[in-house]
Amino acid sequence: MSIDVQKIRKDFPILGREVHGEPLVYFDNAATSQKPTQVIDVISDYYSRYNANVHRGVHKLSEEATAAFEGARKRIADFVNAGDSRQIVFTRNATEAINLVAYSWARKNIKKDDEILLTQMEHHSNLVPWQILARGVGAKLKFIPINSRGELETNKLAELVTQKTKLVALTHVSNVLGTINPVKQIIENIKHLNSRIKVLVDGAQAVPHMPVSIQNIKPDFYVFTGHKMLGPTGIGVLYAKKEILEEMEPFLGGGEMILEVDWENSSWNYVPWKFEAGTPDVAGAIGLGAAVDYLNSLGVKNVREHEKELTAYALEQFSKIQGLVIYGPKEVEKRGGVVSFNIVKNGQVAIHPHDLASILDTEGIAVRSGHHCAQPLMTVLGIPAAARVSFYIYNTKDEINKLIPGIEKAKRIFKL
Amino acid sequence: MIEDPLYRESLLEIYRNPTNRGEIAKPDLEAKLVNPLCGDEVRIQIELANGKIIKRAVFSGNGCAISQASASLLAESIHGKKLSDVNKLRGNDILKLIGMNPSPSRMGCALLSLEVLMEALGKVKS
Repeated sequence: MSIDVQKIRKDFPILGREVHGEPLVYFDNAATSQKPTQVIDVISDYYSRYNANVHRGVHKLSEEATAAFEGARKRIADFVNAGDSRQIVFTRNATEAINLVAYSWARKNIKKDDEILLTQMEHHSNLVPWQILARGVGAKLKFIPINSRGELETNKLAELVTQKTKLVALTHVSNVLGTINPVKQIIENIKHLNSRIKVLVDGAQAVPHMPVSIQNIKPDFYVFTGHKMLGPTGIGVLYAKKEILEEMEPFLGGGEMILEVDWENSSWNYVPWKFEAGTPDVAGAIGLGAAVDYLNSLGVKNVREHEKELTAYALEQFSKIQGLVIYGPKEVEKRGGVVSFNIVKNGQVAIHPHDLASILDTEGIAVRSGHHCAQPLMTVLGIPAAARVSFYIYNTKDEINKLIPGIEKAKRIFKL
Repeated sequence: MIEDPLYRESLLEIYRNPTNRGEIAKPDLEAKLVNPLCGDEVRIQIELANGKIIKRAVFSGNGCAISQASASLLAESIHGKKLSDVNKLRGNDILKLIGMNPSPSRMGCALLSLEVLMEALGKVKS
């Protein structure tokens, strides 16, 4: 079964708008996805019909809000096959989820001279929190390198993982290269080398686009964000094994996260609420629940197949453009629906990606340009920046067909 | 020939063949800034006469056409000017100089060189 893109497009009001007089072509889905009416309406319905604080009131509205909020948690847990939904902590986004782990787990468990192993393809969100932590406790950061195809050199794990390694944090899918890392095998290898190591997987670019089973991958921590998967901004998810969550210190203190409070001391609420101080983003969680329902109605396998088809088509069309260099794996099986590229002449970037993106924008085509929050990776690739197109369920081959003349127009303007 | 509203041929010509790209071995004033959004990088170096007049100004760095052409035009425009006059330059002056009005997301590219210049001027010992 494949997905019916024309039917899907009708669910996204924003796709009806024009940009600079042209129909919008939205190819910046790795930054954030658009939202279907089904998600927008659910949020509006919460505020119009049963807006109330959760877990507190005994009145009808609060009961309805709590049921919707916790129901969303359950469906989100099922969506990523996380097992017990009490292993799902709501955060603001994937970045906050990683910071939560850095603050509440790592500060207690990572000490001077311990090692944290990251990769060369991490987004700043899975790099900077560890830099801050390492600086604070005197730990050391190490990096799994990438090869020329943009894949992790996992054969180096045996020398990189040591008895001092306490944490490995890596992305599931690269937001720049599109590389799908074999996280299940990597985690198995790491645990085989040193079973005490905890592994965090950044799933921000994976969960929206392909079937993810946390119970199959077996990470200790797995994070993702709602707004890249049809949900609203402001809601993200931390999965962690329950026994780890129970041992962790709270993240923020305040209401909701306590069981009992006296003047001097407090005892912490049960997980996951121990980590959800203050009034949560109720509408955000309910909205993400609706997003998950929408993706389930399509079938995430079909989403992946659709993106593979678009990616294969884009790679094929791009190969016809002289001077266009693509970064990352060439095989669609090994990459997500993200294609980063540059127009190059004599080995140099000939059109700065910002100029390219500005020219495409005049054609109504939204692409990302810059370092994609992965500045160290740009250095490894030897480029200042890159342009990036990233696909989702509502994108079509026709839209890719508009991209090609857009790039050719930029080449003409820059006399290439 | 296509004349794109954002990328006029005259501006692109400056980007391709900037007149003031270079380095001064012992500059009297210098500053470098990076636009964190796009990684555009501009360094401006200045040689003074009598400590008050800009004898020579050059830029170096890399980035998009707008940031680099704007740096070249700015460096050129301050040759022979008094520091006290250059200090009065504002964003609008730069936009006039480059002859365009970029979208909000590209404004930082256009004005980066002015920020660098002001940073360099801030180092004048009074």
